[in-house]
Amino acid sequence: MSRLHITKTPKCYVGGAFIRSESGRVTELNDASGAFFANIPQCTRKDLRNAVEAAAKAGPGWAKRSAFNRGQILYRLTEMMEARGVELADSITLSGVSKAEASREVAAAIERVVHYAGWTDKYEQVLGSVNPVASAHFNFTVTEPMGIVGILAPDDAPVLGLLSLILPAITTGNSVVALASTMQPYPSILLGEMLATSDLPGGVVNLLTGVRSELIPTFATHEHLRALSGVANAEERKALRLGAAESVKRVHLRKAEEPIDWFADKMQGAEEIRALVEFKTTWHPVGG
Amino acid sequence: MPKTLSPSKPKTNPARELVFGDLWEFDPAPETADPKLKKKYDIFINGRFVPSRSGKYFATINPATEAKIADIALADASDVDAACSAAQRAFINWGRLPGKERGKYLYRIARLLQDHAREFAVAETMDGGKPIKESRDFDVPMAAAHFFYHAGWADKLEFLAPGRQLAPHGVVGQVIPWNFPLLMLAWKIAPALAAGNCVVLKPAETTSITALKFGEICQEAGLPNGVVNIVSGAGETGAAVINHPLTSKVAFTGSTEVGKIIMRSLAGTEKKMTMELGGKAANIIFDDAPLDQAVEGIVNGIFFNQGHVCCAGSRLLVQESIADEVLAKLKRRIAVLRVGDPLDKNTDLGAINSAEQLAKITDLVKSGVAEGAEKHDNGCKLPAKGFFFRPTIFANVSMSHRIAREEIFGPVLSILTFRTLEEAVEKANNTAYGLSAGVWTDKGSRILKMSTLLKAGVVWANTYNKFDPTSPFGGSKESGFGREGGKQGLLDYLTVH
Repeated sequence: MSRLHITKTPKCYVGGAFIRSESGRVTELNDASGAFFANIPQCTRKDLRNAVEAAAKAGPGWAKRSAFNRGQILYRLTEMMEARGVELADSITLSGVSKAEASREVAAAIERVVHYAGWTDKYEQVLGSVNPVASAHFNFTVTEPMGIVGILAPDDAPVLGLLSLILPAITTGNSVVALASTMQPYPSILLGEMLATSDLPGGVVNLLTGVRSELIPTFATHEHLRALSGVANAEERKALRLGAAESVKRVHLRKAEEPIDWFADKMQGAEEIRALVEFKTTWHPVGG
Repeated sequence: MPKTLSPSKPKTNPARELVFGDLWEFDPAPETADPKLKKKYDIFINGRFVPSRSGKYFATINPATEAKIADIALADASDVDAACSAAQRAFINWGRLPGKERGKYLYRIARLLQDHAREFAVAETMDGGKPIKESRDFDVPMAAAHFFYHAGWADKLEFLAPGRQLAPHGVVGQVIPWNFPLLMLAWKIAPALAAGNCVVLKPAETTSITALKFGEICQEAGLPNGVVNIVSGAGETGAAVINHPLTSKVAFTGSTEVGKIIMRSLAGTEKKMTMELGGKAANIIFDDAPLDQAVEGIVNGIFFNQGHVCCAGSRLLVQESIADEVLAKLKRRIAVLRVGDPLDKNTDLGAINSAEQLAKITDLVKSGVAEGAEKHDNGCKLPAKGFFFRPTIFANVSMSHRIAREEIFGPVLSILTFRTLEEAVEKANNTAYGLSAGVWTDKGSRILKMSTLLKAGVVWANTYNKFDPTSPFGGSKESGFGREGGKQGLLDYLTVH
């Protein structure tokens, strides 16, 4: 007799724990053949606010970690992903893409994490500066994390797109609250499990699944989100920017209506990091 | 006989203090250089001064005398449209010009500003009310320095974002405030041009003259027509610049309130923005600070340019153990500050920029008294005409007072106290603003710790209100985003591909 297969209850990774939506609501997810696969949590505005709270608690401690330590933790994430790469690729094929295409995305995603693991102790030397002012001051500009970054993942590239948005934020000590692809939410559930075992402190990355239109107004106006990053359509961008104006929130959005090559090298690196840091200039006196 | 303080008691034997302020009158020492003003200023479009299409003009006055200086053309949406079109046409060549050549134009402008420095300083002081010693020694030389600094960047842009392709935005719309008219113009135009953009700039309604005189500098420098366009007017003109479909990047310096309005009005567009908005900076004095130096820094921090400074050190946080001593020293120091004719070389505080601003300051000072703070001013005589306000200090201010929360933009200092470093940081950061902060202490390690903990874009240690073209300036939180100055500021005028 064949063994009865155990199905999994997908849970969102928030505050270092695995949660279902406080509302109890779920969305049925089918596989590529149309068969029922799992019930995905349909997170609410309240879940989003809870996630922001978790991110607020975790952020300062994460920002205080040494750059070297942050790099090691990100590298640990690649180890967790590599070990479960096949499972992650399988989760991408739920949408109907080929196994080869899914494997290519997972490989690129792992490479992207390696890339940012190497940035943690270098971006400051690229983005910051010592400024030769015309007075007796040691004048220098350093970067600081913005705080909590709200992330809106694209519908396609459910692993590579999501990670390409999260990584530049957390590299510098930001914490994030991310809404995963609405069409392909399951890979983010697996990614949460990998993040949970990567030594990344709980609450630094919070991953929600749910309906974009329900959550976008809260992403726009929540004052503790200091920046928004991600992919949005024209209507969403307008709503997000209108809300952002109320607290002069930083907005860094790409257009959903234009194709995005997430595999491209220019989708990673110092300029992505720059978009999610603040610059601080200090005038330090020189002299005895 | 010279007056002295009450006879010293032999036991404590404090140093006798000479009080000069009320002994001898200063002779007037007016700056007499010719500002070469015109009776009427037209807008500067496509390299030429032209009347506005509506034919309307508005008067600009000298805030120190309330006398009219000149008529300024009022640009409306159609004038802004003409300016933006001229800029767009000019961009075809300017954007393609080798950086080295663009740089040489900027060097020329820097040199010409230096040549005309005294003329610009007098014009700035007459139109805006700031003391001549500030316009002469700070505003104008710093404006020239900004052009000089950015000139050299024009052929080195690839070092700003290694490995990436950079391109100018095209036409940049810029709206600047009245507190540093020429300097804000330089902060905006120099990096924009170095990066290969063309600009349409709107000066503040009350201070258009040096911006329009800058048009003459552009002509003298042989700058290609349309690269710089200056449209004078009020809020509606500014809105037309910001919302014009051809301006793909908008740079604004002004209040947080207006900044938010601009962000909302551009929400449906893909325009890039730089926002340099308001502030309510904490100037923090620890008990080990060199007090006399700190007092000078506090005075410079709040009374520089009559306090019309977005990064003014308007909240003084003093460690409790030295609060009485600092207040006594401050009272003594403001007693000898000279308020009056901005053109007089001995004037410390000139005129408040406008009747409207004076009313706002007066209102907030009244609220300070009503809410129970202890007001001190130097009681000096103010000129009969013009807009003036005495340097004013409030002691016993608490965090909930309006004068501790709202940007006054005038010569008004609110003093609060703290006991520990943590309390100082908590109070300093307890504001929606995050533009700048000051720290006064003898300990270098404490400076660096405070700089790390303070939520502000600029931190001055044992100094205040220092600026330099190489040093990025700008805020965090509701004080805006983007930088001006340094390589970080210049990159805000380029798109990265």
